[in-house]
Amino acid sequence: MKEQLEKLREEALLLISGAEDFAALEGARVRFLGKKGELTAILKQMGSLSPEERPVIGQLANAIREALDEAIASRRQYLEDKALSERLVKEELDVTIPGTPVKMGHRHPMSIVLQEATDIFISMGFSVAEGPEVELSEYDFDRLNIPVGHTVREWQDTFYVTEDEAVHLRCQTSPVQVRVMEKTKPPIRIISPGRVYRKDEVDATHSPMFHQIEGLVVDKGVTMGDLKGTLNALVRRLYGPETKTRFRPHHFPFTEPSCEVDVQCFICGGAGCRVCKGEGWIELLGAGMVHPKVLQMSGIDPDVYSGFAFGIGLERMTMLRFDIDDMRLLFENDMRFLSQFQGV
Amino acid sequence: MRLSRKWLSEYTTIAASSKEYAERMTMTGSKVELIEEPSESIKNVVVGRVVAMERHPNSDHLWICQVDVAKEEPVQIVTGAQNVNVGDLVPVALHKSLLPGGVKIEKGKLRGVVSNGMLCSLSELGLDTHDFPYAIEDGIFILQEDCKPGDDIRPIIGADDTIVEFEITNNRPDCLSMIGLARESAATFGTELRLPDLTPVKGTGDIREHLTVEVENPELCPRYTARMIKNIKIGPSPKWLRQRLRAAGVRPINNIVDITNYVMLEYGQPMHAFDYACLEGGKIVVRTAREGETINTLDGTPRALTPDMLVIADAVKPVGVAGVMGGENSEITENTKYAVFESANFNGVSIRKTAIALGMRTDASSRFEKGLDPENTVRALERACQLVEELGAGEVIGGIIDIAAPTPPPRRLPLNADKIRALLGADIPEEFMVKTLKKLGFKVEGGVVEVPSWRGDVEHYSDLAEEVARFWGYDKIEPTLFADKTGMGGLTEEQSLKRRADALCRAIGYSEIYTYSFTSPSDADKIRLPEDSPLRRYVTILNPLGEDTSVMRTTSLPSMLQALSVNFSRRNEDVRLYEFATVYRPCGETLPDERVILTLGAYGDIDFYGIKGAVEALLSGLRVKDVSFTAERENPSYHPGRCAVIRSGETILGVLGEVHPLVAKSYDLDRAYCAELDFSAIAASRGKEPRYVPLPKYPAVARDIAVVCDAKTPVGDLAACIKKAGGKYLRDLRLFDVYTGSQVPEGKKSVAFSLTLRADDMTLTDEHADETVKNILKALYDAFGATIR
Repeated sequence: MKEQLEKLREEALLLISGAEDFAALEGARVRFLGKKGELTAILKQMGSLSPEERPVIGQLANAIREALDEAIASRRQYLEDKALSERLVKEELDVTIPGTPVKMGHRHPMSIVLQEATDIFISMGFSVAEGPEVELSEYDFDRLNIPVGHTVREWQDTFYVTEDEAVHLRCQTSPVQVRVMEKTKPPIRIISPGRVYRKDEVDATHSPMFHQIEGLVVDKGVTMGDLKGTLNALVRRLYGPETKTRFRPHHFPFTEPSCEVDVQCFICGGAGCRVCKGEGWIELLGAGMVHPKVLQMSGIDPDVYSGFAFGIGLERMTMLRFDIDDMRLLFENDMRFLSQFQGV
Repeated sequence: MRLSRKWLSEYTTIAASSKEYAERMTMTGSKVELIEEPSESIKNVVVGRVVAMERHPNSDHLWICQVDVAKEEPVQIVTGAQNVNVGDLVPVALHKSLLPGGVKIEKGKLRGVVSNGMLCSLSELGLDTHDFPYAIEDGIFILQEDCKPGDDIRPIIGADDTIVEFEITNNRPDCLSMIGLARESAATFGTELRLPDLTPVKGTGDIREHLTVEVENPELCPRYTARMIKNIKIGPSPKWLRQRLRAAGVRPINNIVDITNYVMLEYGQPMHAFDYACLEGGKIVVRTAREGETINTLDGTPRALTPDMLVIADAVKPVGVAGVMGGENSEITENTKYAVFESANFNGVSIRKTAIALGMRTDASSRFEKGLDPENTVRALERACQLVEELGAGEVIGGIIDIAAPTPPPRRLPLNADKIRALLGADIPEEFMVKTLKKLGFKVEGGVVEVPSWRGDVEHYSDLAEEVARFWGYDKIEPTLFADKTGMGGLTEEQSLKRRADALCRAIGYSEIYTYSFTSPSDADKIRLPEDSPLRRYVTILNPLGEDTSVMRTTSLPSMLQALSVNFSRRNEDVRLYEFATVYRPCGETLPDERVILTLGAYGDIDFYGIKGAVEALLSGLRVKDVSFTAERENPSYHPGRCAVIRSGETILGVLGEVHPLVAKSYDLDRAYCAELDFSAIAASRGKEPRYVPLPKYPAVARDIAVVCDAKTPVGDLAACIKKAGGKYLRDLRLFDVYTGSQVPEGKKSVAFSLTLRADDMTLTDEHADETVKNILKALYDAFGATIR
């Protein structure tokens, strides 16, 4: 019987280790360890053994069962590993084939720049104010110290809506500032982005409709130094921390003192190139201390409060930012243009 | 304004290089646009004397000249000109020389004979006979100047100058003059300013014996001054004067006219000279034009005048358009013997309107329109008389006619140094302020600043601050941030929502566009708006650039279709666009109602359900509540069977659908899909911010049902019915099939839904689920006659 068992062990181990798939392995298990298996069959003959032999044979039989269990488990593991690695090989893909396209929309380049500038101002404590584009001349002219008879009020420069010149398409977003000053007590810190209109024929650098971002700060003790600091902060955030600015005296009816702000050409670093027309500087914005008359007309006492204001052309900023050489592209909306500014 | 540095040196001595001069002037507020160096365009051109000439052996018109250029040997030059004689002084462009226009001259052979350069004509030197009236146009420029062989030609022809072109801001018409810019230059460089001595020329006789002046409209002509010249000898002006005019970009004409132009450039005060013999009645009347009057202006153009235009007339007729241009009928000619010099001050607005109406802006009108200093009239007049004597152009008649409105006293402002320092945020000493202001012609005494008459722009302490600051240096003002004054910034709720909508549009594949706010009224026809549509009531621009930009849009649809059309015509495939488009609708108030319409547009791989899905995603992403879609058959711009009105509860948010085929056709589109959503309505229709709901504890049961109903029954109605009948266990409802065809009877359709049923407090049994489905099927049968398939 002992020999019978030994023989069974040998035969079983051989079969198990040679099982090429799970079915063969299961077959071997059933054949040797199943309820009607060979090992069971041998053990059924235990009754014929002597009491001395019984424990010895019993022990041997248990040892064989354990050995076979172990062998089956290890073979199973082997077969699983093998199946997995075969599957992994079989499932290999050409990873250079493009992924399934997801249709993504694009932001208009002007929105990119507008949001960038807006966020910079928000971080400096500004709010965003909006107002009508079809505007009263009272807000867009009179109360900005642009009296009747001033050049910009000419019909060749401004689009009028009423014959008496009381209503027109705003030439700047400054009337929003007037509306805010009229309703708000200082401190005031706003930007007013929006569409403005001037009677220019369409060409590569002009459009009868364009966008401005204007800003206004009014408080006690606001200085021209504050104006410089704020605009420097904007320019450095937009064009890099090393960007140099140049504040040049200029004239605007609604600010005094007034200035134009140039940034050192970020293409050539000031050496002179096509973009800066060889000057090394690029004119970026106009600014100044709010004219005392403007404060007064909006009900703010210029003896108590002072403030500064500035205006930037969004088209110009955008064109400089992305090296766009024709303003018409911004309003043409050709997808081949719009899709160029992904990820900015 | 063009400034000759040579001319400038008469008033103040500035050693700086052109570049430094331009930079510093720019930084004190006189922005330099351009620097011209005429001397750079002429190189190696000298005076030569022709010492011998002989005929070219191989030509019947060429001459071989030997020219003394003060070198050891004369140089041999071949010329084709026929006006050269032995002994003449001529400009010689030597071997390797440069002429204006980048022309390079090198030695060469002309029909076999060596020529070591070129003899130059006027035009080859960039000149014409106005510069040198004694010379001829076609031929060599025979010099009659004080010069000798070997001399550099540049100083002789005035090309040794630097021209600096300034951009002068509207508030500084005083800087449209040499003296104004000299004053700014002297203040910038701290140099002395030397102004001409204006002792009036006494003259002989009395102007009043010859001329009377009446000003009928003193409000349009606050001051009119005149002097007269007799025994005039018309001729060219001296070279120095011609060169200065030339440098300033003014063409020399004759001595009398040149004097008026010279004085305008020097003092910024436009002047005019009339031929006295042409003034009928010995009279000048400053009046508005009479109905139907016309005049031929000096440029030879007939002009129709209107009664709002100011003219200078004699007793009978207009002889000039005031402040704009003189008339041909009183022009200074070779025969003029007596002339009237006019130096007047006119109302700037009136001059500008006249110049615009007549379509001619002149040097004079562009100065007057900025508002000039009335005091300057007499200065200019006296300077002109001085020049008449100096040039020997005639004799000045005694006396002056000066008709002036009462002059207001000079403006006085307190010099509040502390206030100026506070405004600028710069610690500028009071002495600096005083020094600067004085340099600019202000009088400062006892803390009071008296503003000079030519600085009408200075009215307030902030104006004084600017004067001080620009010479202190804007760059020296320390940049500061109002960091200590904390303020809360940020976006309003609607502005934030707009940003979210913006991001959502892009996430669902739409790209942003920017279109014009003004459109053509014919757009209304293109989108098939009926004649009585309120959207045809526009804010109309009275002076548009053209018909196609003449009204403010009342709908955003045409702009979107136009953008789609552009893309379609350029064969861009599968396009999806969006715009936050403002529309402008008259509403009975002074200003129109301006609202933002979030507009989507698409063509290509999309259908009705594609645009609807986009809108659903958008509205759900913006948390708009109770959204419903109902068929809209009346919207003329959309396909009557493929258009829906979008609502949140009762509020209409907008419309979406396939664009009507006729509308699509008028934009050269095939099929196009659009949605128009009123953004403020969206903002007002948002649901409450979500609160956490515990996750379900018990499993859900899924049931599918398919019913057959009339093909016309809207699926939306079926779904609403199912929701109502589903009771508390129905948690979700999803359409998964709509079928018409051979498997169902004619005129019927099969609609299949997936139902999710669940209870919060127990595991739902099959009985519960069956009961719910039974209720639903019954409701569907009752409402629509729908039967289970």
